Amino acid sequence: MSSEDQQIREIRVHPIENGTVIDHINAGQALNVLKILKIPSSSSRVVSVLINAPSVHGRKDVVKIEGRELNVEEVDKIALIAPNATINIIRDFEVSEKDIVHIHSQIEGVVRCINPNCISNSNEPVTSKFAVSSNGRRTILRCSYCERIISDDIGEHLL
Amino acid sequence: MSFKDLHIISMKSFSRDMIDHVLNTAEMLEPIARDKAKSDILKGKVLGVMFFEPSTRTRMSFETAMMRLGGDVLSLGSVDASSIAKGETLADTIRVVDGYANAIVLRHNKEGAAQLASEFSSVPILNAGDGAGHHPTQTFLDLYTIRRESHLDGLKIALAGDLKYGRTVHSLCYALSLYGAEITLISPKELRLPAEIIEDLKSRNIKVTETESIEDAIEDIDVLYATRVQKERFPDPAEYRKVANSLLITPELLEKAKPELKVMHPLPRTNEIDPRVDNTKHACYFKQSFYGVPIRMALLALVMGALE
Ligand SMILES: [Zn+2]
Repeated sequence: MSSEDQQIREIRVHPIENGTVIDHINAGQALNVLKILKIPSSSSRVVSVLINAPSVHGRKDVVKIEGRELNVEEVDKIALIAPNATINIIRDFEVSEKDIVHIHSQIEGVVRCINPNCISNSNEPVTSKFAVSSNGRRTILRCSYCERIISDDIGEHLL
Repeated sequence: MSFKDLHIISMKSFSRDMIDHVLNTAEMLEPIARDKAKSDILKGKVLGVMFFEPSTRTRMSFETAMMRLGGDVLSLGSVDASSIAKGETLADTIRVVDGYANAIVLRHNKEGAAQLASEFSSVPILNAGDGAGHHPTQTFLDLYTIRRESHLDGLKIALAGDLKYGRTVHSLCYALSLYGAEITLISPKELRLPAEIIEDLKSRNIKVTETESIEDAIEDIDVLYATRVQKERFPDPAEYRKVANSLLITPELLEKAKPELKVMHPLPRTNEIDPRVDNTKHACYFKQSFYGVPIRMALLALVMGALE
């Protein structure tokens, strides 16, 4: 193995000592996951991102955040764009907690309504709010103010 | 069933039983709306009227309804003169006005405004139109008109005109589905009812037929509900004239109809109904406009707790 291969291998499998690994993110959605979690703007931690990693079901993205254990509430928000994601809390290089993400029936302050004439897009003191439902494999968001629906391209309307 | 302190935002939050209760209450109050009887059940109550875009009819209808029941009306005045023009949020305005009023009627140009207002108001909000969103009191008065002048059970109704953008049509369709009506949709293909609403109706076992000409439907229906077709929807004036012609309701067309057919229109009309129709027994649109008063009386009395 060349030293370059060695280096790449290290980057790819580099285990973290303490923190959170978000696995099984839909391929291509890793950066949107970071956006929802407000990383890195809210942190100076080391974050590693794997895009298009091979997995049993084709391709996936993986995000590793060192030195920070994410709480359930913030992690569940990513279920909108990565419904199959798993959350692994790492302590001392070991997986100490493992969970899947849960889609809540209502979400606030994650997505912007696509209707430019919606009251939630004006300077009113409210955050966007959506009722969440699913139709087979599609997640459907319905604005709690104007009832406009977002479904296919949720990742493009993150706040 | 209690309506006290209920916000009236969208038809979707009303069951058939609730709608029937509102219609029954309106029927009871109708003699007062006609000034054949007196009432002061809302004496001492104040209705805040906040219209951020003009709609003289709806506004007068609400104000009349409040005054016929002995209540008082407090109006925001023109938007330019109020603090809104200086950039105050709707949320703040609502939190101020709810201290003066027992209920607030709101008309606003943005979708979702009434829902937002209800989150900040300690008194019931009555949505009198939020942008392209909802206008539930219009739907209530449409249903009341159909019940008074025709029948809601076993109804065969045709909706004609701009079915795509017309919000009154969307919520009327939903409400009619609660009564199992048979619906014919008449519009040019550019202005068809959105597919998801048609799907929704069909999933409620409602018989829906689509056509582009009133003539196809006229013989078989109990109610013909016409809506405005706005010229601005058509880039080509010739195309607009063609569509307007195909949707025009004339006495000649009505000769083919059942004698008891009623023609409704939310008003103001532009070119949808020939004025000669006004003198026929089919014309129902001015009565429809009047029925807004007993319906709004009923809603005001119910949400302010003056009636059960
Ligand atoms: Zn919205």
